[in-house]
Amino acid sequence: MLKIDIQHAMLTSEGKCNLEVCTEIEDRELMCLFGHSGAGKTTLLRILAGLTKADKGRIVFNDVVWFDSSRKINIPPQLRNVGFMFQDYALFPNMSVERNIRFAQKGKDQHHVEMLLELYELQALRNQKPSQLSGGQKQRVALARALAARPNVLMLDEPLSALDFEMRLALQKEIRKAHDLLHTTTLMVSHDVNEVISLASSVVFIKNGKVISEGKPVEVFDKCLSGVVRKRNQA
Amino acid sequence: MSQDFIQTLLLTGKLATWTTAVLLVVGFPVAYLLAYKRFFLKPLVEALISMPLVLPPTVLGFYMLVAYSPQNAFGAFIQHVFNVRLAFSFEGVLLASIIFSLPFMIQPLQNGLTSISISLREASYTLGKSKFQTFFHVLVPNMVPSIITAIAMTFAHCIGEFGVVIMVGGNMLGETRVASIAIYDEVQSLNYETANQYSFVLFIVSILILTLIYSINGKKKLF
Repeated sequence: MLKIDIQHAMLTSEGKCNLEVCTEIEDRELMCLFGHSGAGKTTLLRILAGLTKADKGRIVFNDVVWFDSSRKINIPPQLRNVGFMFQDYALFPNMSVERNIRFAQKGKDQHHVEMLLELYELQALRNQKPSQLSGGQKQRVALARALAARPNVLMLDEPLSALDFEMRLALQKEIRKAHDLLHTTTLMVSHDVNEVISLASSVVFIKNGKVISEGKPVEVFDKCLSGVVRKRNQA
Repeated sequence: MSQDFIQTLLLTGKLATWTTAVLLVVGFPVAYLLAYKRFFLKPLVEALISMPLVLPPTVLGFYMLVAYSPQNAFGAFIQHVFNVRLAFSFEGVLLASIIFSLPFMIQPLQNGLTSISISLREASYTLGKSKFQTFFHVLVPNMVPSIITAIAMTFAHCIGEFGVVIMVGGNMLGETRVASIAIYDEVQSLNYETANQYSFVLFIVSILILTLIYSINGKKKLF
């Protein structure tokens, strides 16, 4: 279980804003962090990965303290064993598809590399450099690379935002495949309602840095919709 | 070609090679700090490194000469510990050349490091790679054009250096007499033929190095 209780001052396009999140994520859950741009979703994901240091709070994963401001504990990203997929995929331009995946491994395991290449249909592209790949292919390589290290938590930062509609649908399946293969906790940032409903088992709705609702996607969006309708009727 | 001519050119090459090699080792950590770290005196450090670009070489040469004197702390320390006299010696010229060439090595390396997307470094960290592993496997291979530019610029600049070398090293054959000083010396002695030979070699080496830099920068996208 991933327990989060953090506070962090952010600077958004609408000025200063305080990110305050207190939630728990069950093992093997596929949770979406949902909200508009600038809500704090990516910042939260970066804080969990150890790429950004929160101002205050505590993050505990399966009894291991990743971050505790009161005890001055901040485990670096190298030791958190998370698979992080960046918005721009961050594939290493100097490495081939196969080397990108192999680089992510802690020990040499060619069998696992072959399995990932096959799973994401990348065998024919194994010697290509990232600059020679399409957006969808890059996304698949980034997913395979994130899985290569057998991470504790898979973190996906708006993985589908740069793709067209058809590609998004196809790659949603790949994300589901990745989650099922790992049998692990997956956290995904999204601002697309359909994406959240079709992929996530739970959702945390963040607005201006605060969690305004959390639970099963259908229930959360239903509640939000009822709120909007109620406000309109009152007006 | 006379023995002196070859000796002077070899010494010029030796000075440029040593300066470039030392600066490559020293320059990377400094460029890394300047590219990725924020610290209180960073603007001052950057200004000091860039000083040779605007400071007359004779000014730096003069201060180096003063510092090299055994009557001053630095010169006395070097002489006492290493038994080396820096003034008017190859070692002294090398140290001055390293300091004078700092911006030619560090600035291209710093630019190369800052041009690499931060997400590449962060991706490497989340994959469990240390800063050291990230540096050698991710950063260095993705900034090869900047490294070649830094090496070539430093080497080319050293080959043409005149002011600092003559201030710190004088004009001693086989010890401190590099090609640029030999040209001046030969012209003063009205040996235009020899001056022309030195000038021609420096001209060819410089044009070759600059052509290399521009051809690399022209196809900067290596991958």
